[in-house]
Amino acid sequence: MKRYIIMRLLATVPLLLSISLLCFLFINLIPSDPAEVALRIRQTPIITEDAILQVRQELGLDQPFLVRYAQWLWSCIQLDFGVSYTNPARTVLGEIGRCLPTTLSLAGFSLLYVLILSLPIGFLSAVYKDSWFDRIMRGVVFTTTAMPAYWVGLLLIWFVSIKLDLLPTSGYGGLEHLLLPAFTVALTYISTYIRLIRNNMLENMREDYVLYAQARGLKQRNILVRHILKNSLQSCITAIGMSIPQLIAGTIVVENVFAWPGIGKLCITAIFNRDYPVIQAYVLMIGVLFVFFNLFFDILQYAADPRLRQGKSHA
Amino acid sequence: MSCVLDVANVSVGFRQKGGVLPLVKNASLRLSAGQCLGILGESGSGKSMLCKAIAGLLDENFTVEGSIRFEGLQLLRQKPEKLRRLRGQKIGIVLQNPMSCFDPLYRIGEQMEETLAEHYNAGRRKIYTKCIEILELMRIRQAINVLAQYPHQLSGGMLQRVMIGLAVALDPVLIIADEPTTAIDSISQHSIMQEFVRIKEAGQVAMIFVSHDLGVLSRISDDVMVMHGGRVMEQGRAQDIFANAQDVYTRHLIEQHTAVMKRFCAAISPAV
Ligand SMILES: Nc1ncnc2c1ncn2[C@@H]1O[C@H](COP(=O)(O)OP(=O)(O)OP(=O)(O)O)[C@@H](O)[C@H]1O
Ligand SMILES: [Mg+2]
Repeated sequence: MKRYIIMRLLATVPLLLSISLLCFLFINLIPSDPAEVALRIRQTPIITEDAILQVRQELGLDQPFLVRYAQWLWSCIQLDFGVSYTNPARTVLGEIGRCLPTTLSLAGFSLLYVLILSLPIGFLSAVYKDSWFDRIMRGVVFTTTAMPAYWVGLLLIWFVSIKLDLLPTSGYGGLEHLLLPAFTVALTYISTYIRLIRNNMLENMREDYVLYAQARGLKQRNILVRHILKNSLQSCITAIGMSIPQLIAGTIVVENVFAWPGIGKLCITAIFNRDYPVIQAYVLMIGVLFVFFNLFFDILQYAADPRLRQGKSHA
Repeated sequence: MSCVLDVANVSVGFRQKGGVLPLVKNASLRLSAGQCLGILGESGSGKSMLCKAIAGLLDENFTVEGSIRFEGLQLLRQKPEKLRRLRGQKIGIVLQNPMSCFDPLYRIGEQMEETLAEHYNAGRRKIYTKCIEILELMRIRQAINVLAQYPHQLSGGMLQRVMIGLAVALDPVLIIADEPTTAIDSISQHSIMQEFVRIKEAGQVAMIFVSHDLGVLSRISDDVMVMHGGRVMEQGRAQDIFANAQDVYTRHLIEQHTAVMKRFCAAISPAV
């Protein structure tokens, strides 16, 4: 167990390095000159060669690629992501720190939706397979997987906020502002997890251990919850580990539809303004989130499964 | 001797798109306490299907017709809840693949305790001591350790013994053992057969013992039923069937068995 954790931790080092390299490389492949962009954004009236050179020096753009990468990486490790081109008074870290909590509240609320809805629905769909409930849910799952998030978001705004006038259309505020965007982010995941839990349960129901549990005369309810559900959730752990960073990254579209001031909105604004340090930091952060959630949930899965956790035969 | 189990003209079918696929046709059997019926047949002949039908373990994808009377009670007309109460208590069941019959996420002790708690009104401590007793009765050493193990940490023979232990734990009236010796090596097989013979000779239970191994069956059965392709080919006293089988298929099985035994004897004593 300890060995496994150490191995997994070590394996993240090259992974993180490649992510940072790719991230740096792609930003550098963008054709426009960052120095020029910086000047434009600062609304310098006449952009001269001299001015560009000066800004290049100022931003460290005159150094060779690998040197710049190493410098950038080193400062990233110290959590220094530079200053925003658009707004030199602000550090990138400060910007992300300002927007992250709002995104996390959105993602967290979405996760809550996913867990609260998909667990019981997936469970009941499997237990009452082919009943009217299961049929309806299969239809719902099918339609929602086919609909893109921004479109669902717009539909919800139109119906719930405009037609029924129940919730605010957009913006940041209390719980009532959170309900619609969080549901929009959650929707595809709810469908995915309903299907995952339902199929896992149906698969587990065919296992010999269920037959033997019946042969032992256990109550059907116990068999379903203690045995089948537990085994089904076991194989969902890694999927959830991947879904959490996906939820955080996936807010990007919904934040823009609902004018939610999170990092997704920050990133889109940065892309429009060619604010490279912000984009870089955003992409890097999402990459790191994926690596760490994946690592954490893999270890969790490992710890939750006696077959992995404990070796063979002691008796 | 009172009749414990009376199965008459039981047919099992599997519901398919085109209709019902017959898996067992017109099987009948009668069993009293202390008596053992051996069911013999090759793979896929419907032995397990018949056992599951008797134990009420078939879901709605299967059809079961005929009559299954257990202590006078018509099992085919009982509610699932009633059948559940019988299983594990009055009807002990041993299934075919011990390695996959336990939930991999729970310790053996937890699964034994949960079974006993379902049918046996006693406190935790008493149930725990009962579990240890069961394992010791099955000649498992270090019972306390075994209870703390997960299924994947135990051998097939060990798990098989746990199953047998659970099947006999609550003084059942009927034991259905579906190939309890296939998944294990011949040494464990020998000692497990001893357990069964001991249980049978105590004279309290009626037993159905399924195997495709003639040697194993001949050790324990009073009566034998030979199945082939879902049909009962031959049925009667064990000695009669082993001595002079009427049915061609049964004779074929017996000849095969004797041929193997001869080759085996020749192999272990080539000089003679
Ligand atoms: N779940 C199932 N659905 C449909 N058909 C099945 C199912 N299980 C078994 N069968 C079929 O029923 C027939 C009898 O199977 P059964 O398991 O009773 O054989 P068996 O005599 O126990 O064989 P074995 O010695 O391999 O255990 C086989 O032809 C098999 O294909
Ligand atoms: Mg079988």
